[in-house]
Amino acid sequence: MIRETYLNTLTLGLFVLIPAWALMADEPFTITLMTRAAIFAIAAIGLNIALGIGGLVSLGHAVFFGIGGYAMGILAYHAQTYTPVAEWPFLIDGTKSMPIIWLVAVIVSSLAAFVIGSLSLRTTGVYFIMITLAFGQMFFFFTISWAEYGGEDGLSIYLRNGFPGLNTLAPIQFYGLCLVILCLVLLFTWRLSKSPFGLALNAARQAPIRVETVGLDPTRLKLIAFVISGAITGLAGALFADLNRFVSPTMFSWQTSGEIMIFLILGGVGRLYGPVIGALAYVALEHWLGGLSDYWHIYLGILLLLIVLFGRGGLIGLASGRKVAHD
Amino acid sequence: MTELVLETQDICKSFGALRASRNISIGLKAGEIHAVIGPNGAGKTTLIGQICGTLKPDSGSVRLLGEDVTQLATRERARLGLGRTFQISSLAMEDTVLQNAVLGALGAAGNPWRFWQDALKDRALREKAESALERVGLQDHARTRTAELSHGQRRQLEVAVALTKEPRAFVMDEPMAGMGSEGSKRLTEFLDELRSEAPILLVEHDMDAVFALADRISVLVYGEVIATGTVDEIRSDAAVREAYLGEDA
Repeated sequence: MIRETYLNTLTLGLFVLIPAWALMADEPFTITLMTRAAIFAIAAIGLNIALGIGGLVSLGHAVFFGIGGYAMGILAYHAQTYTPVAEWPFLIDGTKSMPIIWLVAVIVSSLAAFVIGSLSLRTTGVYFIMITLAFGQMFFFFTISWAEYGGEDGLSIYLRNGFPGLNTLAPIQFYGLCLVILCLVLLFTWRLSKSPFGLALNAARQAPIRVETVGLDPTRLKLIAFVISGAITGLAGALFADLNRFVSPTMFSWQTSGEIMIFLILGGVGRLYGPVIGALAYVALEHWLGGLSDYWHIYLGILLLLIVLFGRGGLIGLASGRKVAHD
Repeated sequence: MTELVLETQDICKSFGALRASRNISIGLKAGEIHAVIGPNGAGKTTLIGQICGTLKPDSGSVRLLGEDVTQLATRERARLGLGRTFQISSLAMEDTVLQNAVLGALGAAGNPWRFWQDALKDRALREKAESALERVGLQDHARTRTAELSHGQRRQLEVAVALTKEPRAFVMDEPMAGMGSEGSKRLTEFLDELRSEAPILLVEHDMDAVFALADRISVLVYGEVIATGTVDEIRSDAAVREAYLGEDA
C-alpha cells in the first residue's frame, strides 16, 4: 500500500518525466499524448468539484467542454478569415491569442453553467442526471445544425493560437503551458476544498438539512460549485480544441460527458488527484489497448466494472487502500 | 401576556386523512425548558418540523421573538436565532467533529463565499467551534471522524453545532436518545444550565430527564395537546396518566 501523497507526487512526476524523456528521444507523439492527458485531467478536475465535493452527478459536462472548444473555434475562425465575429451592437473581431480565448471560454461556460445549474438544481438524483444530459444533447444538435461554423463537419483551425513569448507550435511548449494550467487548477481546487466554501459544500453533499439548519443555503452552494466546475471544464475545452486545431459537435456529445466522468471514476471521485491519475490512465489505455484492438472499449469497460465493484476509491483507492475519499 | 420567545398559534397539519397536528398552541418563555412528551405517532416530529420550517402548517402561525416566521425557510429561521438538534443525527459523517462544529460557526458568521483561506485556520471560526465542543465535552474528539463517534457522542455534537450559533431558542428532538445513563445524566446537567442562555423546547422520551429538567410539560396525543402544566400537575393529571404515562407513573 502506498501513501496517497506519494502516489500524487509520483503522478505529477510522470507528467514531468515522460515528456522530458520524449523530448530527448525525439518522440513528439508521446508529448501530444501527455498534453491530451493533462487537458483531460483539467476537464475532470472541473467535474470533480461538482461531483466529488458537491455530489452533483452531471452527465452534461460536455456542454462546457464544447463551449470552451467553440469559443476557441469561432474566435480563431474569424481571425483566420479576417471577418468580424459580430458587428452589432459593437464590432467584435476574432483573435488568435490564447489568453483572450481562455477568458472568453471561461466566461461563456460559467454563464452556461449558471443557467443550466439554476434549472437543473430544482431536481435531484436521477432527474438531475437526465436534465443535465438533456442540456448536453440540446447543445450537440444545435452545433450540428449550425452551418455557419461547419455544422456536423466542425471547424478546422490551420495554425495553433499564440501565447505571448511562446512558440505554441512546438509540442513541448504547448504541453508546458497545459501543465502549468493543470498545476494552477490543482492548487485552486486544493485550496477550495479546504476553504469555508469547500467545507460548506462538502457538508451540503452529505447532509443538506444540516447546512440549512446552520443557516446556509445548500442549493446556492451547489450552484456556485456547478459554475466553478463548468468554468474549469470550459477552459479545458479551449485547450483541447487548440491541441487538435479542430472543433466539432463531438465535443458536445454525451459520450464526451461520459468520458470525463470515466476519468474521474477511474482515478477516484472526490480525491484531489483522482482526475489527474484517471486521465493519465485513460490516455495510456487508449494508446496501448487501442493499438491492440479497435474494440478496446470492452477492456476499459471491464476495468471500470472492477473498479466500481471492488475499489470504490478508484485507482487511488486501490493503491492506497483507503476507501473514504475526503480528508 | 408574557413575552414568548417561540410560540405556535393554532397550527394544524394533515397528511391525507391523518391529522398530525390539531390546533397546537404552545409557547416557550425565556429561561424555561418546555418539554413535549407523547406516545409514538403523537405528532411530535411533525410539530418540530413546522416550528423549524421543514414543514409548512396548513393553518396557524409560528412566531419567533415576536416575529411571524410561518413563511420563512429553515435557514432563515436559523439565522433569526433558532437552534435545532435532530432526533436522527444529521451531521456530515465523513467530516471530523471539528469540521462539523466549524460549519456551525460558519453558518453563524453567514459568509461561506470564501474560496482560498483554510476554514480550519480561521481564528474566529475555530475558536467558536472549539469552545462549543469543549462545552459539550467533545474537545478530545475534535479530530475524530464523525462516523466513528458513538450515538451518544453524535448527540453531543448536534448540541455543540447548535451552540456555535448562540441561538435565542433551542429546539431539541430527543437529545438523550441512544445515550448511556452516564451520558444522559451529564447532558441533563448541561441543559439545566443552558436554559438561562436560551430557552429549550425539548422533545424527549427519557422521562427521568424530562421530570428533572422541565419547567413545563405539554402532552401530545393524536396530534392534540391534551394538557400543559408543571411536572406535578402533569403527574397528577388523570387524562395524561391514562393516555400516556401508564399506571406506574
